[in-house]
Amino acid sequence: MTRVSASAFWSYWMRNPWQLAMLLAGLALSTALWSGVQAINAEARASYASAADVLDAGDVARVLKSDGSSFTVEDYVALRRLGWLVSPVLEGETELDGHRFRIVGIEPLTFPAALPERLQEGDGLVDMVGARPVVLAHPDDVTLLTLTDMQVRADRTRPRGNLLMDIAAADRLLASQGEIRRLLLNPQKPINQKPLPRDFRVARTDVQADVARLTQSFHLNLTAFGLLSFAVGIFIVYGAVGLAFEQRRSMFRTLRALGISLRTLVIMLALELSVFAGLAGLAGVGLGYVIAAALLPDVAATLRGLYGADVAGQLQLRTSWWLSGMAMAFGGTAVAACAAIYKLARMPVLSFNHPRAMRIGTSRAARGLAITAVGLFALGIGIQTVASGLLAGFALLACLLVGAAFALPWLLDRALCLAQGQSRSALVQWFWADSRQQLPGLSMALMALLLAMAANIGVSTMVSSFRLTFTDYLDQRLSSEIYLSATTTEEAQEITAFLRDRVDAILPIMSAQSRVGGLPAEVYGIIDHSTYRTNWPLIDAEPDVWDALAAGDGALVNEQLARRQGWTLGDTLPSGDRLLGIYSDYGNAVGQIILSADVFVQRYPEADRLRFGLRTNAAAEITEALNTAFDLNEDQVVNQSELKAFSLQVFERTFAVTGALNILTLSVAGLAIFISLLTLATMRLPQLAPVWALGLTRAALSRLELLRAICLAAMTTALALPVGLILAWVLLAIVNVEAFGWRLPMYVFPIDYMRLTVLALIAALLAALWPAIRLARTDTQSLLKVFSNER
Amino acid sequence: MNAKILIFFVFAVITLGNTAQAQGFANLGRTAEGFSEPQRGYTFDFPKDHGAHPDFQIEWWYLTANLKDDAGRDLGLQWTLFRSALAPESNPTWSSPQIWMGHAAVTTPDAHFVAERLSRGGIGQAGVTAAPFDAWIDDWQMTGETLDAVTLTASGEDFAYEVSLTAQGPLVFHGENGYSQKSDSGRASYYYSQPFYKVSGTLILPEGPVAVTGTAWLDREWASQPLAATQVSWDWFSMVFDDGARMMGFVLHDSDGGDYTQATWITPDGQTIAYPDGAFEATAMQRSAVAGRDVPTGWRVKLPEQGVDVTVTALNPQAWMDTSVPYWEGPVTILGSHSGRGYLEMTGY
Repeated sequence: MTRVSASAFWSYWMRNPWQLAMLLAGLALSTALWSGVQAINAEARASYASAADVLDAGDVARVLKSDGSSFTVEDYVALRRLGWLVSPVLEGETELDGHRFRIVGIEPLTFPAALPERLQEGDGLVDMVGARPVVLAHPDDVTLLTLTDMQVRADRTRPRGNLLMDIAAADRLLASQGEIRRLLLNPQKPINQKPLPRDFRVARTDVQADVARLTQSFHLNLTAFGLLSFAVGIFIVYGAVGLAFEQRRSMFRTLRALGISLRTLVIMLALELSVFAGLAGLAGVGLGYVIAAALLPDVAATLRGLYGADVAGQLQLRTSWWLSGMAMAFGGTAVAACAAIYKLARMPVLSFNHPRAMRIGTSRAARGLAITAVGLFALGIGIQTVASGLLAGFALLACLLVGAAFALPWLLDRALCLAQGQSRSALVQWFWADSRQQLPGLSMALMALLLAMAANIGVSTMVSSFRLTFTDYLDQRLSSEIYLSATTTEEAQEITAFLRDRVDAILPIMSAQSRVGGLPAEVYGIIDHSTYRTNWPLIDAEPDVWDALAAGDGALVNEQLARRQGWTLGDTLPSGDRLLGIYSDYGNAVGQIILSADVFVQRYPEADRLRFGLRTNAAAEITEALNTAFDLNEDQVVNQSELKAFSLQVFERTFAVTGALNILTLSVAGLAIFISLLTLATMRLPQLAPVWALGLTRAALSRLELLRAICLAAMTTALALPVGLILAWVLLAIVNVEAFGWRLPMYVFPIDYMRLTVLALIAALLAALWPAIRLARTDTQSLLKVFSNER
Repeated sequence: MNAKILIFFVFAVITLGNTAQAQGFANLGRTAEGFSEPQRGYTFDFPKDHGAHPDFQIEWWYLTANLKDDAGRDLGLQWTLFRSALAPESNPTWSSPQIWMGHAAVTTPDAHFVAERLSRGGIGQAGVTAAPFDAWIDDWQMTGETLDAVTLTASGEDFAYEVSLTAQGPLVFHGENGYSQKSDSGRASYYYSQPFYKVSGTLILPEGPVAVTGTAWLDREWASQPLAATQVSWDWFSMVFDDGARMMGFVLHDSDGGDYTQATWITPDGQTIAYPDGAFEATAMQRSAVAGRDVPTGWRVKLPEQGVDVTVTALNPQAWMDTSVPYWEGPVTILGSHSGRGYLEMTGY
């Protein structure tokens, strides 16, 4: 009996191979979308973790050569003998076993930060500096290496292509071609330390931390996309499996009538779907790999731009996303299979497959879904009022999206009903009524379209808002044309004397480290100058803020510090200053306080005064004059336009990835519509035949089919717009605040939305095209058969 | 700090043997493959032997000083350079298997300042040359034309010093002419001292510069596996008596309960009498809670054959060396049959 029913299952698919292909394609594509985004995400995450600092010594200051050259061993020893507790980092590249590796050699005896855990295992330092020194490598690299005279240990915290080892081992591997470009400086400072010779300078690492923080936005963007693509994917899988059931309703009925037990049928169905999920899942993960591999170079380029180097642009097969892709396929199939099996179990053996009855049944289901949606909205808002934090933000997002999708069938049904009521002509009335009839079969695909659209609108709005705000912010904050840092106080004085008549203004940048609420904070002193008055990005301030600040009546703080401490205007800060204003400070992890220069100098007489902003109309000439008159290196004179260009480059990369994902999600949604329409096409012949018999040509009918697909897609898109905007708002105003402590103003980009709408309509049109053409070419005989052969 | 754990391994595992912290200095007798061993009847070759012996596994230049400031306040100072070799060789690159560790300390009656430095050999960050004499690690240095007149500097985050040392008497050799046996099984080290330094100089303390004068004692010792596997800790005394005589004595504690003692009596003109195991006695009398441990900081010390029966009391019981390999090292006051000042070192507590 089992064999008979199996062959019945199989022969159905044999007779309808395109249905099988579409089912598998739907499953595979949604898995691909999910696992592709996951792959990029996991890769980016891994890269961030490792690139943040190769040595996990991000907070450690460094000593650099003033001229940017590399250190000799003698330089290092000379500094140590002056009481500067520095530790060398020897770096270089070499080819090992046919692969290029970046070698990083550290000196464990003087290393001023925590050494990676895996270095300390076994006999610790004995192993590290012994006869067979320990080398730490990323697990994927370990398999590539056949170093016999070293012990290679796998360490997940290593970036790929990067080997960490003792400096002596590194020197050997690099055949003395390595360079010591930085010396890490131990925060311990002996009291009779001699002054640092002129050839060297100390570099703090604040900038790096800022950049690392900024890239988290990029990462968050990817996480949001991952979540949304998951939602889109699960709807598509559900839709595809649900339709595969609907299509075979009559076959099941026949099999049941022939005496096959319900239990056998259920097992058969479950088995069949498992096989499909397995096949499509595998294909999907493979396809996801292709998607990720195509997009990853952009992600890698972004990271390389931020960190300089050390990020592998090649995709690795990570078990986590491989598994999550398969889980997606099986999970989605299982959810859908439950519904199908439930329907199968309740199906009366002798019922007719009556589309009209099905519509009434599902209309009730649509109302149920809409009620669930309202519940989900309430739940999301409830979570947000009770809990806070990033998770609550994401929970709200999830409730919002799923709720919107659930509400869609009912809303569309109401809209079609309304349109039907407004129509006078019989044909138009039939058009709307027939659309309502099709709705249950299409609703899954339309939900997926809604989610894809909303996700695209939301994420593009977030990214674009971020870029716009950030560009403005850069313009405001980097208002000086040149940024200059001197090595010594004498040099600073010489340079300012030299510049006095050459530039419009010299704005000293004085800063000191402090702590507020136990966390590090920076204190700045600024002079009273129109540059600040006109450009500083104040969010909230007292009316006479600049006069009051210049008079030493209070302080300005950055947004994240004010939010963290719960300060508002007029509050008295722990330092005793009145809070005069709050300014935005995107991308900065630490709190910032600004005082007037006079107050600052009184409070921090020890602080270095080595940095300046220069206002001038002739930046290039001034830079050249400075370089000729003084022996300054690249790091000391920074042209504002270069700094901006670098920062903006990061966002361009983000856009490339976001844009590509937009097209992908819409394509998948389009495919879902295509599958649904194709499936409905055969089932709809009994409804179309009477209209055809009344005189409407097949061509006219197929034109109406196309029109209907576009109408439904347009309605869905119209609903997706507010959902997407709310999504963007949640991302900007809730998730961003929770994640980074700053709130981004939301901008609306109507042209982008238009473009997305057009894309969605094109997707729907393309999806409807083939079923419409098929309808136009339907043999009149099969239309006639409907009347003779109606079941 | 992870670095500390690691550094502990350097000296505790490589050089000194065991991994348990309490046994940091113990088991100086790990297999010394390829390293030279001290030989009975060795003839010292100076100034060459003041320098480093890379073919031996461990070596130190260990200076302690008992000082007084203008107000008569007792103070102590320590400057130590340890050398430890992973292999019996030396080369002028990063790969040199020689590892150096410096400890510096200043002890006042109510404070104890400590600093530590680590370095690898080969590149010039730390080392010792014999003629002219120069021993250094980073900015710390003991240097002079000969060992008879040297200047000594060291610094930490909260203290520094610069003092001059002038030898007022000859070098003295412990055990059998510098062959110092450490156990019945015959393990030994080369061990000599310069106990006759006169000191003057300046300590930089949080309170400001302090001018000091006093006496200092330099220990030189090198070996490859000086202790038996069961010898887990020791108490070491150096004493400078008011009558000009000096005495060195140590007790090595065995994990199976037995002790092994050695002592050297030094007359004011530098003549020595070495005493074998059992002649020297040291009994803990008074204990203090130091760095979460129970450490004896008051002792009764006897060398009956010289009529010595004294109490030895720590100037500051909290003279704990919180370094990679922690131990107690500080100045002491001596009263009883003889009076004077000295230094006490205790490991394994």
